[in-house]
Amino acid sequence: MAFTAMVGARIRRREDPRLITGRATYVDDVRQVGTVYAAFVRSPYGHAKITSIDTSAAKGDPHVLAVYTGEDLHHAHNLKASLPVAHKMPDLKTPPHYVLALDEVRVIGEAVAIVVADSPYTARDAAEKVVVEYDELPAVVDTEKAAAGPPYVHESLGTNVAFTMPFSAGDPDKAFAEADVVVKQRIVNQRVAPVPIEPRSMVANYDAGMQQLTLYSATQIPHLLRTQLAIVLGLPENKIRAIAPEVGGGFGAKLNVYAEEVVVSWVAMQLERPVKYIETRSECFQAMIHGRDQIDDLEIAAKNDGTITGLRLKITANMGAYHQLLTPVVPTLTLLMAHGCYKFENIQAEVVGVFTNTMSTDAYRGAGRPEATFFIERAIDMVAQRLKLDPADVRRKNFIANSAFPHTTATGLTYDSGDYETTMDKALALADYTGLRKRQEELRKQGRYLGIGLSTYVEVCGMGPSAAMPAAGWDSATIRIEPTGSITVLTGVSPHGQGQETTFAQIVADELGVPIDQISVIHGDTDKVQYGVGTFGSRGTAVGGAALKLAIDTIQAKAIKIAAHQWEANPDDLEYRDGKIQVKGDPSKTMSTPEAGFLAFMGDNLPPGLEPGLDATRRFEPPNFVFPFGTHICVVEVDAQSGQVEVVKYFAVDDCGRLINPMIAGGQVHGGIAQGLSQALFEEVVYDDRGQLLTGTLMDYAIPHAEQVPHYELDHTVTPTTVNPLGIKGIGEAGTIGSTPAVANAVIDALAPFGVVHIDMPLKPEKLWAAMQAKPTNGSVQ
Amino acid sequence: MQIDLTVNGKRASLDVEPRLLLAHALRDYLNLTGTHIGCDTSSCGACTVLLDGVSVKSCTVFAVQASGHAVTTIEGIGNADSLHPMQEAFWSAHGLQCGYCTTGMIVSAVDLLQRNPDPSDDEIRAGLEGNLCRCTGYENIVKAVRAAGAAMRSGEARHSVNELMPIHPPREEPPPSGEGIIPQQLQETKA
Repeated sequence: MAFTAMVGARIRRREDPRLITGRATYVDDVRQVGTVYAAFVRSPYGHAKITSIDTSAAKGDPHVLAVYTGEDLHHAHNLKASLPVAHKMPDLKTPPHYVLALDEVRVIGEAVAIVVADSPYTARDAAEKVVVEYDELPAVVDTEKAAAGPPYVHESLGTNVAFTMPFSAGDPDKAFAEADVVVKQRIVNQRVAPVPIEPRSMVANYDAGMQQLTLYSATQIPHLLRTQLAIVLGLPENKIRAIAPEVGGGFGAKLNVYAEEVVVSWVAMQLERPVKYIETRSECFQAMIHGRDQIDDLEIAAKNDGTITGLRLKITANMGAYHQLLTPVVPTLTLLMAHGCYKFENIQAEVVGVFTNTMSTDAYRGAGRPEATFFIERAIDMVAQRLKLDPADVRRKNFIANSAFPHTTATGLTYDSGDYETTMDKALALADYTGLRKRQEELRKQGRYLGIGLSTYVEVCGMGPSAAMPAAGWDSATIRIEPTGSITVLTGVSPHGQGQETTFAQIVADELGVPIDQISVIHGDTDKVQYGVGTFGSRGTAVGGAALKLAIDTIQAKAIKIAAHQWEANPDDLEYRDGKIQVKGDPSKTMSTPEAGFLAFMGDNLPPGLEPGLDATRRFEPPNFVFPFGTHICVVEVDAQSGQVEVVKYFAVDDCGRLINPMIAGGQVHGGIAQGLSQALFEEVVYDDRGQLLTGTLMDYAIPHAEQVPHYELDHTVTPTTVNPLGIKGIGEAGTIGSTPAVANAVIDALAPFGVVHIDMPLKPEKLWAAMQAKPTNGSVQ
Repeated sequence: MQIDLTVNGKRASLDVEPRLLLAHALRDYLNLTGTHIGCDTSSCGACTVLLDGVSVKSCTVFAVQASGHAVTTIEGIGNADSLHPMQEAFWSAHGLQCGYCTTGMIVSAVDLLQRNPDPSDDEIRAGLEGNLCRCTGYENIVKAVRAAGAAMRSGEARHSVNELMPIHPPREEPPPSGEGIIPQQLQETKA
């Protein structure tokens, strides 16, 4: 018999035909009759008082329909609401964050006015006619200076410190007192920009007759966006429809509620016209959230054999000028993951969130965990370097043992499952680690500097148990067996490249025994799909897929009752096997799911008391997070003459539990590695002292080209989780989390003969060249 | 200004402002929305089209400059009934995720193979330096271009989307352990 299992198969994606032929509909491709176009007037200063705004010239432009300022919204129209921040922190300072600036601007690119005109070109022309006068105020962009005192981003707070969170576990003082070595290092995790290739895009329309607002937005969270729009605009939620059509990449940056989404919606209501706003890339660099930007001061205590015994840590996180949706949550995730995949129990830590005159930081692919992985993986290498031990051996010595799972960490998380040593061994073998070390030694004698970097990461994902989330952590799925046998799946997650139209159909195809082309997976429309929380935190399949499995269970149970009634059998004697209903152990007579669905539709021959129809909506509340892990190994050669880094080889062995489509999972890892590698080597958002953005275009901000990244060699191990019924973890962020430290460790390992212990990212040639001006020694150094 | 151009083999006459970019003319006048716009500095390549058969970034060409010339957009490269081998290869190799850069990337890759029908991996990477992708890490894009080159060199016929669906032949064997999840219920009965 043919084994038709789709799950586990590397099938082509079902979303791709429309994407490869240019027939997909992104927000900018939405065409509505009568559309008008918005442009924003934005602050050219990092910090300034607005002294006057003259809109008369813009309003006199015959192409212009309307111009609104913050004053107009706030006073004339009474739209006083502040943008949301989701958190559960009792002492968090939450200064108002108006959708258009009122009196003062606190970050370059802050929206000051909106102009609406009859074409995108005329809208931008007219925006230039809005004359805004400013008095520039002292700005602060350096996180530590901002934490220390004035000038204040929000004068009324009398401080730039948004929150302080102390933490202690075990007996860190004792651990440090008894340590053989203490490694101290200040690690700057630089600010980076997410740069989805599709910038923020939105089109709003208001049907005055129905009193219905529809917002198409390039978002990862259509339902949460709808909820927040209802709150901010003061509308009934059932009169708002949010649609995320095709979305051109998110990486966390579209996991937000932006001022522009609110303003464009509001303007559409005023004008009763569709209003479209597509930001430019330059606006995107200014006003889309940034990621990372932490200073991590750490001290790590170790024994001479490499055993790590304790960690002291201060995380100073740059919040930017305002909180966006999850701004303060991100550095707290860093603290939670501070000890990585190692078993030390003694931690003393403090997290400080600081306002500066910069764009808000928020969740960018990994969101807090890359920062933790970066410093702990760098720290392990520094311990190895100090003790002249092999970095792989130090890791092995400190891994949480397989027998220890589920393992409750000192920071209070319960790691579900893991087998860290097996993935590391597999990666070491894949890379021929021993051979690489020999080669490194040979090349050093020739004055060539090969570096080998390891990173053994664990991450927290499958976000998450509602109790541990700033807002709801569950997700939903609906399955409908249509009368003619096709199957409609509605998922509450909102994929934008992750491929769930395919992977969810693979699961349903197997479980309900229908060909995959009869299954349609719908997402991203609040009028079609029951409430869902969205796609972020590597949760799409781990939470949304788990909800799908629950819905499958409900469908199967009902279909069995229908078949049992037909066959005058006891439902307990029937089972699903190979996607069909049969008497247990007897495949001679079967009923398919579509057949049961048709009977359920006809309704005239159902068991007494059973409702007609065959559909189910289920929600999955995760009992815990999931903790994927893996080992990445990067091999670089640094040119001593120029400091140029060549990434010679890259190996990744990841473990995200069971795989539904290994091809798609591999793609997630590839892209993640490129982003993490790029943070290590190339990317950095730079503001000057006055808050001017110096990296405001793709000419100045380096996201990698094809030539700048290596071929990646992947493998995986499979350690299922019991947290969800699919046994899967999540793979969306793993590559980003694992790669940055692997690359940095490789570069610094290459420079070990020059006495280099640490260099902050991005590891650009000029920094490396400068470090290589020391006289090389023959091996690892003190 | 009145301009006349040929787009995907069809004549088009448009009345445009001199400053109108070709990318906007294609998208907003001709509704060919497969050409995407991802930046304002000609850095990302999402808007790549062929102008008289040669790739250009349509955000860096005025519509009036295209007057009298032939433009091929992604819609003209191939469609669901007849996929260009490059489109098929991107699909088969998982050379895309969000799809936003993909259309421009495919057009650039088509142009690359016109100039170099059998490029090495390094030549593919260098040849696509004008196109940015944030999702794939380029690995599967390189693989796709290589596969498309092989298919084109061997003169393989074009396929339709329907011919390529269903996407994967049914297995004759259970998936090797560890390759994929076997739903619990099936696991019990198939073990």
